Amino acid sequence: MLDISAWFNDLLAGNLIFTPTTLGYYWEGLVTTSQLVFLSLVAGLILAVPLAIMRSSKHKWISLPVYFYTYVFRGTPLLIQLYIIYYGVVFIDGIQQTFLWPILREAFYPALIAFTLNTAAYTTEIFRGAIKATAQGEIEAARAYGMSPRLMMRRIILPSAFRRALPAYGNEVIFMLHASAIASVVTLMDLTGAARFVYARFYAPFEAFLFVAAIYLCLTFAILYFFRYLEKKLLAHLRPQTS
Amino acid sequence: MKKLLSVSLLGLAVAAASSAQARDYDNVRIGVDVPYEPMEYRTADGELTGFDIDLGNALCERIGVTCEWIEQEWDGIIPGLMSRNYDAIMSSMTINDERREQVLFSDPYITMPSAWFAPSSLDISEANEETLDGMTIGVQRGTLQDNYVTDNYSSVASVSRYSTADDMVLDMQAERLDIVFLDYPIGQTTLLDSEHGEYVLIGETITEPKEYFGDGFGIAFRQRDEALAERFNEALAELQEDGTYDEIYTRYFGEDQE
Amino acid sequence: MLDLQGYGPRLIEGAGVTIQLAVLSLILAIVLGLLTASAKMSRNWLLRRTATVYTTLIRGVPDLVLMMLLFFGGQIGVNAVSDMLYDNYDIDIYINFNAFAAGVLTIGFIFGAYMGETFRGAFMAVENGQIEAGKAYGMSDSLVFLRIRFPQMMRHALPGLSNNWMVLLKTTALVSVIGLTDMVRVAAEASRATHEPFTFLLPVAAVYLLIASVSEWIFSRLQKRYDIGFGEQ
Repeated sequence: MLDISAWFNDLLAGNLIFTPTTLGYYWEGLVTTSQLVFLSLVAGLILAVPLAIMRSSKHKWISLPVYFYTYVFRGTPLLIQLYIIYYGVVFIDGIQQTFLWPILREAFYPALIAFTLNTAAYTTEIFRGAIKATAQGEIEAARAYGMSPRLMMRRIILPSAFRRALPAYGNEVIFMLHASAIASVVTLMDLTGAARFVYARFYAPFEAFLFVAAIYLCLTFAILYFFRYLEKKLLAHLRPQTS
Repeated sequence: MKKLLSVSLLGLAVAAASSAQARDYDNVRIGVDVPYEPMEYRTADGELTGFDIDLGNALCERIGVTCEWIEQEWDGIIPGLMSRNYDAIMSSMTINDERREQVLFSDPYITMPSAWFAPSSLDISEANEETLDGMTIGVQRGTLQDNYVTDNYSSVASVSRYSTADDMVLDMQAERLDIVFLDYPIGQTTLLDSEHGEYVLIGETITEPKEYFGDGFGIAFRQRDEALAERFNEALAELQEDGTYDEIYTRYFGEDQE
Repeated sequence: MLDLQGYGPRLIEGAGVTIQLAVLSLILAIVLGLLTASAKMSRNWLLRRTATVYTTLIRGVPDLVLMMLLFFGGQIGVNAVSDMLYDNYDIDIYINFNAFAAGVLTIGFIFGAYMGETFRGAFMAVENGQIEAGKAYGMSDSLVFLRIRFPQMMRHALPGLSNNWMVLLKTTALVSVIGLTDMVRVAAEASRATHEPFTFLLPVAAVYLLIASVSEWIFSRLQKRYDIGFGEQ
């Protein structure tokens, strides 16, 4: 361990910008970005499934409110949504006295809420498209088996819709990773926040931002390959059979 | 379609190139980070005002050039000067060695201490490692206050960095921040005189160590523009001589302090 | 009603900046996109490689990071060139990146990569037989492009184009972070000064929705036009 840190210090010797301290900032930034993106994606996914089912409903009074929600969140910049939630919660009367405040006080949670609502809106529309694209034959077959609508949704429509949604959802995950860069405008020290700090301190835009761009690039590729792998596994039945 | 494209692109190219100009400075463009009340800020109808603005305009008038103010976020303000988006920075910039490597400073035109400000409910009399333990400290990103707090207190407290002083003050009022570290007059105007809550100065104002707090505010120029800096220095001395400086000073800070 | 505590006129000005920025960036992105698509389909190895590196790098990095890199770093890069000219040849000219031009260039550059992918797919979707038919009629290459490839390509490209435009429109909000006074920046500034975030941010959100809705309508009209001869009548 000592050897490694000595080697590391040697490596950094003479480098004014990438010191162990600034690399520490980048590392913390990586952790914050990962947490933020991962948690908002999970929460967004959980929200999106029921919303997509509602959005596909034949009843206008069920599907319209969901449509309105996705329309607003997909039609406005995430930055505005973040500002509204970050600054907006403060102006709820007496919020500072409630149990919620210790949570909302941190910049992390308003950002998490904004990101979750945003990704849930996009994911809802992705799932809706996938649900809509369910082959009529599958539905008829399920009906012929006497399945209730609920059972049909669970066993037939959703599993195949999830698979169909996979490529589009992979794009959404990458989109979310990139969108998370704005967390730094509400003081979060995410990856971009760390880069802005290093830039402001050393007036070194190339070093600060190229380094962080490389990290994002690696993350993007990791996500890309993960989804390719998933598609390969889960959509195997759709590939042309060769043997 | 094609014609439209080429016309628009031409327009863009002209827009980019039209600001190319020679270096005789009939017109000095000055970069400023707004808002930073009372040094530089906008009234609701958009008019730029403040101590730096008034003094800068007076200096330009004395030198016999026209001044044009160009707004720039703080964290890009020195690169903006280097890339000649403007010819000078007059934006409450403290003269220190770190910056001297990048830019050429005029003589200091005002000296401003930094200070800690907190809601009156915060029960500490002095800011140090023990009292700040576990707190959230607000600073403006890339300022000397940021450097000072980051180097001295980031091990015991968490540091939140903001693009503008206004952001910081708003989060202090929202109780997201426990304490902020600011240029003293900014804290005085935006916090001590605020209608949105009770704030107090914590401890004494701070001007040491010099490696962080430097030698007062200066106007920054590109290194090679020595002649221009010299003209500003002469004009500054004249304004201090004939009382114009004092008049502007009183307009923003009153008579009570120096 | 449009006064908004004195910030109304500046908000409207900001909306103008947003729209100009978006439209000019779109034009630049389309030009870059067409170039990229042609490069990707060219026989020249180097062109293909360059285009691929461009689209891969741009699409792998967040808009905001690219914007900061190009905006802050690009200025220093341009500056280095002009300093070199000044030091060595005593020539004192420079290209000044004003914030607006920098915004247009940055966003156009980013979305050029996305447009490149859209156009490439669309060009490939035009059947070769059509092009051969055009050539058989004795059309020149440029006439084939103008009369056959371009209009048919547009039919395939429009959905992607419309999608890119919507994303681009929202991306313009990021310029407020790097210091350009668009409507988001005015709204954020006003929120802080007045402590009434909703008064300013909600109307700005509504303006984005309005622009999005209007452009959706325009794109559906365009799609109808380019779909003539296809689909249901």
